[in-house]
Amino acid sequence: MSLEVELAQGAPIPLAATLACGPGELLALVGPSGSGKTTILRAIAGLIGVARGRVTCNGAVWLDTAIGIRLPPHRRRVGFVFQSYALFPHLSALDNVAAALRHLPRGERRIRAASLLERVHLGGLEARLPGELSGGQQQRVAVARALAREPAVLLLDEPFSAVDKITREKLYRELVELRASLAIPTVLVTHDLDEAALLADRLTVLHRGRTLQTGAPLEVMQRPASVEVARLTGARNLLTGTVAGHEPDAGRTWLRWGGLTLEARLQPAFPPGASVAWTVAPGDIILHRRDRPSRGERENPVKGTIGDGIVLGESLHTWLVPDTAPGSRLALVLPIHTARRNGIAPGVSATVSLLAAAIHLMPVDDATT
Amino acid sequence: MDWTALWLSLRLGAVTVLLLLPLGIWAGRVLAYRRFLGRTLVEAAVALPLVLPPTVLGYYLLVGFGVDAPLGRLWQSLAGRQLAFSFEGLVLASVIVNLPFAIQPIQRAFEAIPRAVREAAACCGMPPFAVLRRIELPLAWPGILTAMILSFAHTLGEFGVVLMVGGSIPGETRTVAIAIYDRVQALDEAGAGRMALLLVLISLATIALSFVLSRRMGRRLD
Repeated sequence: MSLEVELAQGAPIPLAATLACGPGELLALVGPSGSGKTTILRAIAGLIGVARGRVTCNGAVWLDTAIGIRLPPHRRRVGFVFQSYALFPHLSALDNVAAALRHLPRGERRIRAASLLERVHLGGLEARLPGELSGGQQQRVAVARALAREPAVLLLDEPFSAVDKITREKLYRELVELRASLAIPTVLVTHDLDEAALLADRLTVLHRGRTLQTGAPLEVMQRPASVEVARLTGARNLLTGTVAGHEPDAGRTWLRWGGLTLEARLQPAFPPGASVAWTVAPGDIILHRRDRPSRGERENPVKGTIGDGIVLGESLHTWLVPDTAPGSRLALVLPIHTARRNGIAPGVSATVSLLAAAIHLMPVDDATT
Repeated sequence: MDWTALWLSLRLGAVTVLLLLPLGIWAGRVLAYRRFLGRTLVEAAVALPLVLPPTVLGYYLLVGFGVDAPLGRLWQSLAGRQLAFSFEGLVLASVIVNLPFAIQPIQRAFEAIPRAVREAAACCGMPPFAVLRRIELPLAWPGILTAMILSFAHTLGEFGVVLMVGGSIPGETRTVAIAIYDRVQALDEAGAGRMALLLVLISLATIALSFVLSRRMGRRLD
């Protein structure tokens, strides 16, 4: 039970996408709006045609433009949850689900539909029309309807975007529970990275119809393969430097940045002397205590001046201009109490440590240099 | 009271509606969902009877029905009688005149169905015909009903085109509207008045019915 997708076209919506999703796996497609996430989902379901491509599910060929196979949507065993849910407004919750049970004998449909509604915690609401259900309840009907067909793949198009935060978190939990009992590939489209990180086994980052990187959510976010992926996953500190050398035995790579030489996790793919882009997450930059000046024993000390900051919840989001690289900025996120205790304010001089393990190198992006 | 004319008008209305029902659903759906070259032109042509004077339309129909025209000749060879000044000719004229009244409300009704709802039906495993029957038609039903009622009411009231292609043959082409005109010509004001009042009442009842039904449908779908 696995889904394999390859799509390519130049117009009307450019696509160059390759993705695979195993049985029981949840793959999230993330990217900004207009990146082609929904288009890919619709192409898998057969709701739109593509110029060139191949979609197979469990060995069944749904699309193969090379040999002229293009199955219509009703012949692809997909369960599709639409962003707006797209329930049939004239049918009750029960009949909405029963509408996807055409493979069962007529007499069994209502019983099966009722048990599916029970499974998504909607027992007792069978007779309600979609207009009489809350957003969260409509989403559950849509999920029950998508599962009714005993699909070979479950496709979820931004299924959590139309409900409030509290309902959303409840629905997250329900999806995680539901997944435990599903042995089919599930593809989730979302623009919300946190949602993808929370729910997905792997995620694929998309931009302008191209699949850029696929991997476990943390891996993609902490080790983006390119500056483009780093940008799309919200990386804050995108800087450039030069590789000074490697120490494979110590597991270290030395990186020259401004007047400093930084220690980084070993990344031998970049030859000494090469220009690289690099990033370090704001959370991996540690503030030194100002009342007890650093003796330089910690990793990668960087001295500089604190810039303007804003308080978001319990954290101060600010930046540091390094003395050695006055043209650069290091974004920092500090707990409020830490900032307060250390008297962090605009113009104050401070020293931070960049955690070596968190320094990640990437090829220089032509667009940035 | 010309009961023959009333019966003829009702028959004409019923047959017109029966013919327009499948035609209107097909054409309305195609215009709502398909994108093809010349779609705007087709839409304009459908709306043409709304703006053309009945005499212009009637003139072209009369020419087309004549035995010198392909359509008229074909009908003559098939049915053994001429199309102009016959009930069948009247039906055909009536269908054409009523195209905008039938197609436009149905087209709007199909357009109002969200695309995602139709796609969801396909993703539920429904082949296109099942999507039409189970999802589209029930949702478009108020528009289809409105279209049929409007066409029926409009057929009862049509005068100019009927006069042009049908004349006034009792039992064959003399509708109530024509009969009223004949009564007035014959200075029978009382007879004309009775029939006019009846036509007003029937039309009023038909249109009121359509309002009631579409309101009830609308409530059900909210």
